[in-house]
Amino acid sequence: MTKQPAIELKNITKRFGAKVIANNNVSLTAYHGEVLSILGENGSGKTTLMNMISGIYFPDEGQIFVNGKEAVIASPKDAFGFKIGMIHQHFKLVDVFSAAENIVLGIDGGKYNLKKSTEEIKKISEQYGFDLDPEKKIYSMSVSEKQTVEIIKVLYRGADILILDEPTAVLTPQETAKLFDVLRKMRDDGKCIIIITHKLHEVLSLSDRVSVLRKGEYVGTVNTAETSESELTEMMVGKKIDLNIERSDPKDPQDRLVVKDLDCINRDGVAVLDSISFTARSGEILGIAGIAGSGQRELLEAIAGLQHISQGDILYNDPKSGKTENLRDKTPVQIRDLGVRLSFVPEDRLGMGLVANMDIVDNMMLRSYSKGRSAFLERKAPKDLAMKIIKDLEVVTPGASTPVRRLSGGNVQKVLVGREIAASPTVLMVAYPVRGLDINSSYMIYNLLNEQKEKGVAIIFVGEDLDVLLELCDRIMVIGSGKITGIEDARTVTKEQIGLLMTKTGEEE
Amino acid sequence: MAEKTVTKLHREPLFHIVKRDDMVWWKAWGIRAITIVVSIFVMVFISSLLTGKGMIQTFEIMYRGVFGRIETGSFKMLFKYFEEVAILLCLALALTPAFKMKFWNCGAEGQALMGGLGAMVCMIELEGKLPLAVLIPIIAVVSIICGAVWGVIPAIFKAFFDTNETLFTLMMNYIATQIIAYYVYIKGGGSNVIQPVEAGIAPSTGNAHYFINAGIVAVLTLVVYIYLKYSKHGYEISVVGESQNTARYIGINVKKVIIRTMLISGAVCGIAGMLIVSGIDHSIRTASVGGQGFTAIMMAWLGQCNPFITLIMTAIIVFLNTGAGKVADSCHLNSAFADIFVGIVILCVVGCEFFIKYSVKIRGARKGNKE
Repeated sequence: MTKQPAIELKNITKRFGAKVIANNNVSLTAYHGEVLSILGENGSGKTTLMNMISGIYFPDEGQIFVNGKEAVIASPKDAFGFKIGMIHQHFKLVDVFSAAENIVLGIDGGKYNLKKSTEEIKKISEQYGFDLDPEKKIYSMSVSEKQTVEIIKVLYRGADILILDEPTAVLTPQETAKLFDVLRKMRDDGKCIIIITHKLHEVLSLSDRVSVLRKGEYVGTVNTAETSESELTEMMVGKKIDLNIERSDPKDPQDRLVVKDLDCINRDGVAVLDSISFTARSGEILGIAGIAGSGQRELLEAIAGLQHISQGDILYNDPKSGKTENLRDKTPVQIRDLGVRLSFVPEDRLGMGLVANMDIVDNMMLRSYSKGRSAFLERKAPKDLAMKIIKDLEVVTPGASTPVRRLSGGNVQKVLVGREIAASPTVLMVAYPVRGLDINSSYMIYNLLNEQKEKGVAIIFVGEDLDVLLELCDRIMVIGSGKITGIEDARTVTKEQIGLLMTKTGEEE
Repeated sequence: MAEKTVTKLHREPLFHIVKRDDMVWWKAWGIRAITIVVSIFVMVFISSLLTGKGMIQTFEIMYRGVFGRIETGSFKMLFKYFEEVAILLCLALALTPAFKMKFWNCGAEGQALMGGLGAMVCMIELEGKLPLAVLIPIIAVVSIICGAVWGVIPAIFKAFFDTNETLFTLMMNYIATQIIAYYVYIKGGGSNVIQPVEAGIAPSTGNAHYFINAGIVAVLTLVVYIYLKYSKHGYEISVVGESQNTARYIGINVKKVIIRTMLISGAVCGIAGMLIVSGIDHSIRTASVGGQGFTAIMMAWLGQCNPFITLIMTAIIVFLNTGAGKVADSCHLNSAFADIFVGIVILCVVGCEFFIKYSVKIRGARKGNKE
């Protein structure tokens, strides 16, 4: 059986401003009855390309053919006219509506008949093996259920070309497997499935063919069966890369930070942390895994003195004096004044760790500006530090006086991590440190963390990519709904076990 | 493959708006300067249509209206112009730290009135009882405190209860106006006017007060610039303004910074009130500040938190306002003409920011066109 082309892109170019070329002369074809992966690093133009197919952007140059005919797709509505549906990374659902209401929302023509629609939704669910209650409200759904709603929404509108943007980023391994089953069923039903991803193992397990983009350029398409992880990486990055993360054994680990029975209640009165107890040891990387929003952020902020603690203790053992300090109910300044060298790379880099509109030098000062008695700022030392970080970490920037918002994601993170490490910490907390980073920058961050580990720093690493956690960390602590569901040895535990622990408390409730 | 259909569907939108990369600073300022010049020319052209006078003649009326006849050795008008710029600039400078913190202080009018009231009370109650050398510092301290108190009230509410500072500061203006009205009613007797008193930081007659007022504000401009750019306080203000989360993260006490900055903002407004009441008018009325507290909001915004740019903008706007007022006067136009004139020029300057941040692309022009 020869496959019919569903979508053909010919010489598509899209620019943002004069300098940024998001896509340059990209041509590729996706067929009915196949899963095509669009693979590329962050910032390689995958999402931009798909946004042009789904009518959000309009290409500057080039043509799009749908089912062999040239198509002008100027709006998402046009896209639906061509039976193209996109499932975005960030869901666009009305929280207080039910699944069925969200699905029928915004459809023109026909009478509003929720009962009939519900029946149809159930039929679609059965056909592809979705697990969804159409009457359930969005706010009471898990992330994976919300994603199901998004997928059914486009199917309900008759889409037979489905584009999924990083669909597994927010899912546990079990949920991912389930999603892939559904997608395979749709493929066998003759639909064209395009998934955007940067995770190699997903590409290999799911797709029939892979198209690779690098820095907006189309690199090539290969059949999944005939390729390997290392070949794909080479296509993605442009050079051979060793994908193994080093892991040395912890040297002389000592209890550095002991958290005991920590409870936290947020502003709405909801318990976000529930009797958390663990120990972070020097010279060791403690990984924290969990579904997004399970209390990881609150835990780190509580330790850093940014979150009110309702119960429990955070004990810090000073390696020099041997004294033990309780950090509970202390502000960041008080913690610093105690001589606790605690560094924290928060999840929100530009909104919390740095000031987007300030230049690199002024961002270096954030930690140190208040030192000394003078009423005026001292910019010499921060400037030297900025120059040193730019040089040592190979930060790509026009200069030290460039606002950090103009740097790329990887360089922003280098500036932030560089500053936090420059304080020679004894405890280093990092939250999603490689999110949005390209492979080279990611490995640089892993190396920096390993260096700190060698120096005897106690590192707490909150991550989302389980493969990385398993390779980098010494121990992995899993959080589900604000509770610890397990602390495992990262050298022996499997991905599936971690996945099960991630959903453990979630299902009990 | 299916048959090739060569139907060109031109459904690309007529124009679309594209965000620009950051523009080089001189280019951005060039656009702003051109906008100001062009909008002034357009407004002068419109006035000459309304009055029947030529454009050059209209310019002349404006120039004479502001500067008088400098060539004959009469500098009085020029001095008066400087003083007006000084007062408006002083109010704008007061707002600058608050705006840098993204605290939208719309209460310069009220804060200046309260500062003026403080000065007036001292002048009336202590006149003749204390030597001038003692009285002047007292006047200064009292008016600074009065302005600061009026500024800090909304800040306290903002810091502890997260009230909306725009509405709060705005409403405080009306309270201040009523307090002044009441004070004038008490002190003015039946006439509802307070007769000018002799004491003050500068004599009301002669040229001295022009220099004193302008000099104080000139020093203030420099102080505010240094404070914002080189002091630790200024750095904290920027961090709080850009991101309260970052401020929290590095341990800045956000509440303290909000309150401290508004104390300063209110205090400088108090100084402006003192300059008006005790330096120029030697009396007080509800219209002493005359709406300049509101114009100052625009000036501080146009100055983009740089006191020197604020100075330039203020000088231009005061010139236009006075000049257009003269045009309206001498050609029997409605007195609102000056406001319309200045309003449209400001509108153009604000509008040109759009073209600095974005560019508009017209359909069809994309191929072969490098832009």
